[in-house]
Amino acid sequence: MKYIKFFLVGILFGIVMSKAEIISWYRIYEMFKFQSFHMYGIIGSAVVLGMVSMFFFRKKMVKTFEGQEIHVEPKKRGLYRNLLGGILFGLGWALAGACPGPMFVLVGKGVVSIIVVIFGATLGAFLYGAFKNKIPH
Amino acid sequence: MEFISQPWAWYVAGPVIALVMFLLYYFGERFGLSSNLETFCSIGGAGKFVDYFRIDWKQNTWNLIFVTGGITGGFISSQWLSPTDVVALNPQTIKDLADIGIQNAGASYLPDEIFSIETMLTLKGFFILLIAGVMVGFGARWAGGCTSGHAIVGLSNLELPSLISVIGFFIGGLIMTWLILPLIF
Repeated sequence: MKYIKFFLVGILFGIVMSKAEIISWYRIYEMFKFQSFHMYGIIGSAVVLGMVSMFFFRKKMVKTFEGQEIHVEPKKRGLYRNLLGGILFGLGWALAGACPGPMFVLVGKGVVSIIVVIFGATLGAFLYGAFKNKIPH
Repeated sequence: MEFISQPWAWYVAGPVIALVMFLLYYFGERFGLSSNLETFCSIGGAGKFVDYFRIDWKQNTWNLIFVTGGITGGFISSQWLSPTDVVALNPQTIKDLADIGIQNAGASYLPDEIFSIETMLTLKGFFILLIAGVMVGFGARWAGGCTSGHAIVGLSNLELPSLISVIGFFIGGLIMTWLILPLIF
């Protein structure tokens, strides 16, 4: 039962991804062509409100529902990791028109071919794990 | 109901995404979708070949449940909340896509030239989908996050690694969109 809240938040996530057309390949293309404000507005407003959340977490004004302090784990540093990994991700994001959230929402929409993308993404994660000691971070 | 059935504007969607992130932290977890890909590897037995995947994946169950909710939300939305599949694109975008071989842009959420079953069943079409996925999965885990973990959480938390990653996302996305996509179709 402790998982039902994550299921419900996931439903909200799936609906917003779908209703705001974030799962549309065209919206990602349009973003990278700088032909629409839509995706910039979404990410920008989410980040601004996210900063407000982070402020409350850091000041301990908001705690978890169980009263524990919320600690947001810092990201790993490393120019190669972040820049090269980021570029590779960006190439895939613009080709698939979907990142790791929307991929799953598209399954719910009934898009059969997205399964190949999800399989590829899982394979990509596996290859990263297999070769992580051989690439720069 | 009018509000629900219309496509949601950016100023609705952005705050809802911020709310999703807030709720996940409030419930004691975090917002990051691409780590599920590693969980799949661990569940699939990748730990037998690569130590990196030898983790107790059950601690990530909440995220798998979250994704299951995401699939359900996509189903609910497409079944009952979206009277039309048309995406109102910039006319210039539609023209640009026609020029590179993608017709009827915006008639539905996804181009048939990439996502139709017929395309998937061709060798070229299958490999485009597969390679796109591999780049997303490998890149996200190399960078340590995707759009959710870096662009939303990381930037909100004023993390320099996330800023670098997001700049990388854009370098890769611009190269694909402007230089590579025109050569594919």
